[in-house]
Amino acid sequence: MSLTDTGASVQAADNPPPGPGRARRGLTERLLAVRELSLLIALAALILVTTLRNDRFLSGQSIKDLLLGCAILVILAVGQTLVIVTRNVDLSVGSILGLVAFATGELFLAAPGTPWPLALLLGVALGAVCGVVNGGLIAVAKVPALVITLGTLYAFRGVDYYWAAGRQINAADMPRSFLRLGNQTVLGVPVLFLVALIVVAAVGFYLRSYRSGRELYAIGSEPAAARLSGIPVGRRVFAVFVANGALAGLAGVLYAARFGTLDAAAGTGLELQVVAAAVVGGVAIFGGSGSAYGAALGAVLLTTIGSSLAVLRIDPFWQQAVVGALILAAIGLDRLLALRMAARLRGRSAHGA
Amino acid sequence: MAHDSLYAAPPSLADTEPEAGRLAGLRGALGSWDAAIVAALVVAVLLAGLSVPNFATGRNAQFLLLDLVPLALLALPMTLIVITGEIDLSVASMVGLCSTLMGQLWLSSGLSLELICVLVVLLGAALGAVNGLFVTGFGLPSLAVTIGTLALYRGLSFVVLGDQAVADFPASWTAAAVQTLPGTSIPAAVVPVLLLAVVFGIVLHATPVGRALYAMGNNDEAATFAGVSVPRTKFWLFVVSGAVCGLVGVFWTLRYASARGDNATGLELTVVTAVLLGGVSIFGGRGGLLGVVAGVLLLGVLRNALQLADVDANALTIVTGTLLIVSVVLPNAVADVRARLHRRRQRARLTAS
Amino acid sequence: MSTYRRLRAGATALTLATLLLGSAACGGTTRENSGTDSGAGAQASGAANPDAKLKEGLKIAFLPKQVNNPYFTTSDNGGKDAVTEIKGEFKEVGPSEASASSQVSYINTLSQQGMDVIVTSANDPNAICGALNQAKAAGAKIVTFDSDTKPECRQIFVNQVTAEGIAESQVKLISQQIGGEGEIAILSATANATNQNAWIALMKEELKKPEYSKIKLVTVAYGNDDDQKSFQETQGLLQSYPNLKGIISPTTVGVAAAARYLSGSQYKGKVKLTGLGTPNQMREYVKDGTVDAFALWNPADLGYLAAYAGAALASGQITGAEGDKFTAGKLGEFAVGKDGVVVLGPPTVFDKNNIDQFQF
Repeated sequence: MSLTDTGASVQAADNPPPGPGRARRGLTERLLAVRELSLLIALAALILVTTLRNDRFLSGQSIKDLLLGCAILVILAVGQTLVIVTRNVDLSVGSILGLVAFATGELFLAAPGTPWPLALLLGVALGAVCGVVNGGLIAVAKVPALVITLGTLYAFRGVDYYWAAGRQINAADMPRSFLRLGNQTVLGVPVLFLVALIVVAAVGFYLRSYRSGRELYAIGSEPAAARLSGIPVGRRVFAVFVANGALAGLAGVLYAARFGTLDAAAGTGLELQVVAAAVVGGVAIFGGSGSAYGAALGAVLLTTIGSSLAVLRIDPFWQQAVVGALILAAIGLDRLLALRMAARLRGRSAHGA
Repeated sequence: MAHDSLYAAPPSLADTEPEAGRLAGLRGALGSWDAAIVAALVVAVLLAGLSVPNFATGRNAQFLLLDLVPLALLALPMTLIVITGEIDLSVASMVGLCSTLMGQLWLSSGLSLELICVLVVLLGAALGAVNGLFVTGFGLPSLAVTIGTLALYRGLSFVVLGDQAVADFPASWTAAAVQTLPGTSIPAAVVPVLLLAVVFGIVLHATPVGRALYAMGNNDEAATFAGVSVPRTKFWLFVVSGAVCGLVGVFWTLRYASARGDNATGLELTVVTAVLLGGVSIFGGRGGLLGVVAGVLLLGVLRNALQLADVDANALTIVTGTLLIVSVVLPNAVADVRARLHRRRQRARLTAS
Repeated sequence: MSTYRRLRAGATALTLATLLLGSAACGGTTRENSGTDSGAGAQASGAANPDAKLKEGLKIAFLPKQVNNPYFTTSDNGGKDAVTEIKGEFKEVGPSEASASSQVSYINTLSQQGMDVIVTSANDPNAICGALNQAKAAGAKIVTFDSDTKPECRQIFVNQVTAEGIAESQVKLISQQIGGEGEIAILSATANATNQNAWIALMKEELKKPEYSKIKLVTVAYGNDDDQKSFQETQGLLQSYPNLKGIISPTTVGVAAAARYLSGSQYKGKVKLTGLGTPNQMREYVKDGTVDAFALWNPADLGYLAAYAGAALASGQITGAEGDKFTAGKLGEFAVGKDGVVVLGPPTVFDKNNIDQFQF
């Protein structure tokens, strides 16, 4: 049961194949666009239904809450996209976020005068270090990222617990300027969401327009072929884990700013939502296709579901089940689309011949 | 190919290096891995017995074994699944869902407890069948599917009982779950575990089915040529895994006299750790049941001894995560070193002649 | 025979065996005929000797719901102070996540280590009972605090406050803050938290009193003692009930999350919030005007009292029978009530005038 040859593979940018290849690429992009469009439609429908039940759902305050609520998940989902596109996965993001969030709090406790941009940089750096651990272990052990990051999920969290030793850091321990970052708005849009938007745009642009970005897709759709065509697979995969760690670090700092109350459990279980967001957003779990924009939309959709369940007063216990069902539906749908497309491609190349 | 569709190895493993030497090295490492893990177990028991007060007592053995029953049971089908190159991450959630279903049935159905137990095992099998259907029927990677059902089943288990707990099971039943064999301090629950271990061991090591499982892990097509239906076999493996989860759900509920949605949360990591520690390759095709049983016991002894020695729970979290990483990194590192030695020897022979 | 058939045959055999085993076992146990065999707790055995001195060198272990919870860190530190005063050996162990099954394994370890007293807060009132009974049989005295088990599984339950005391003070606080009329909601922890549910039931009773007749409780929401979940639930409450005047959140996690939401929203100061919270967590929001007043017992005192109760049990001063009396160091004398319950006292109310005197 090989899935690799049917995946919606995107060609590496350096050698655009002639004829059917270009058609294939166009089709892939159209499919992705379809995915993003259908996500938008789903989002609109959800908001509409919820608003019909309760018109306050579309009030300014509520929209602000939504944007605030999804910012952190969006950043994590975009980082995860980088990883999943190369046919890997990083399950340790929740733990990295927790560790960095607590570290940020500790930093302010130890040095209350630290300016927040410095704290932000240090947090990103710590996240990147965690990413180096992941990437390094994967490179050394040559085992699936899943296993390594499942291990570091517990190891990072353990370090976090050990360090916190049951303590809690409160809003009062952190400078106001930093906490304001978590709540402030520019023209009604929360700063946190703007940060997330910048991340989405940057990663989206990189994946689309940079040669190394395109190479990530090549690695994900056919590792052996990518290697043969001279792509430094090992180095790219390592870099992807470091980048994802850094983004998780960024999310950790923002988490600290937004929530103010920090203990060692911050971000526990978040990895499932992150993977779900990316997968729902059209990032194929077996690598080689997907976009940062899709993943970001997936994150927004997931957050909106969470909020509307609360507004619709539906038993909150359903929420996790919905996440699971969405993952299954999304990967099933991807598979179906991939099969359809493979069939169509066969049809086309038959015509072309 | 099965592991190709998982988050497989950074491609370097499947690259153009001389396969033969490498595989021989791996096999060599493997033969000794079984022995090494048993030796490690013996050393751990001796060390703990000598240096940790209260470890070497009958009462402690009872506690230790009783705690290991769920882990040992779940590790059996997991071993077979991983050997075929798949994985089932939803086991702990299936245990949780089976436990709450048992509670709900007892609470509201009026059926006899015997019948409920049977129903729960069947329901577990049905949950496993859903996994199997997605993996084999739709051709999706088991990793992605079972991450989805991990969330889905856990969510459903909260839906079934909300956040309530059902606890009024008859005392005779709950006592039976922790009963010891007459005249000893060995829990009676160990007997069925051993029986099942023997059954699984025979199936894996002494039947054509078992050989087919290894064949699937090494190369699906070879298995197909040998007249084995790969999808069907895998489907039934997932069903068996679900049924065993049902069994564990019953045991868990009775042992703790409490059916609740969060039962067995996070146990999947321990199960996977035990299986990998036991020498089963995450890529499939390698490993044996003896090693896994030793791995389960080693994990249990380590935890129990560290707990008795008053090691912090947070350090235990780190230990579990690290063990998982070590048990996947080590075999590969050993194989690497051996392969390198082998090549050097060959080169030496070449220059000598 | 092909592989899948064999496997299927195997699976069928397995189920059949289970079926047979199941139906063979003694005719069938149903909920009706099994009865409720949880007998009343007759744990007070032997006679108490009120004049007995507290023993020195007692090994007293604290097993909280989880070790990474600041609330329990505070109460365990209170316990440590008490154990140091009576020259005993203190130890704190516990799981890193609040689960009943890992608590069982810790109880086993503690009884294996020969502890004189185990002081615990139960993650599940039933799941840890078997292990506690075994530990009791091995000679340990069992004290629960904060969250109780079934009464027959422990000798003493140190209750932070009576449920009535909580309900009265919470309803009174919110009534004062919203001016005695309007819609209110409750933001609770989890739907099966025993203490939360008892308090909520009593709050509903309290609200039936004539002086609260203009207050209407519209809903109870559950934040699962999870910060983010509580935050989202607060948001949901305010959207679902536009006329909401006040929220009671009788859980430290919930009240802090709700306060944080309110302080950053347009509802700040307009929708009143009270509940049970720690001064350290709430200081910020009391000072910025989001919260007028809230309440809590002192968790350090709770741990302190539980340690003394355990020492008194282990020294034979008390047996856990109703009417037994013991002295708990700086806190003074306490009497054991019905079902072995010892009550710490009424909750302390914190507002901007006194909050700076408390550090926990």
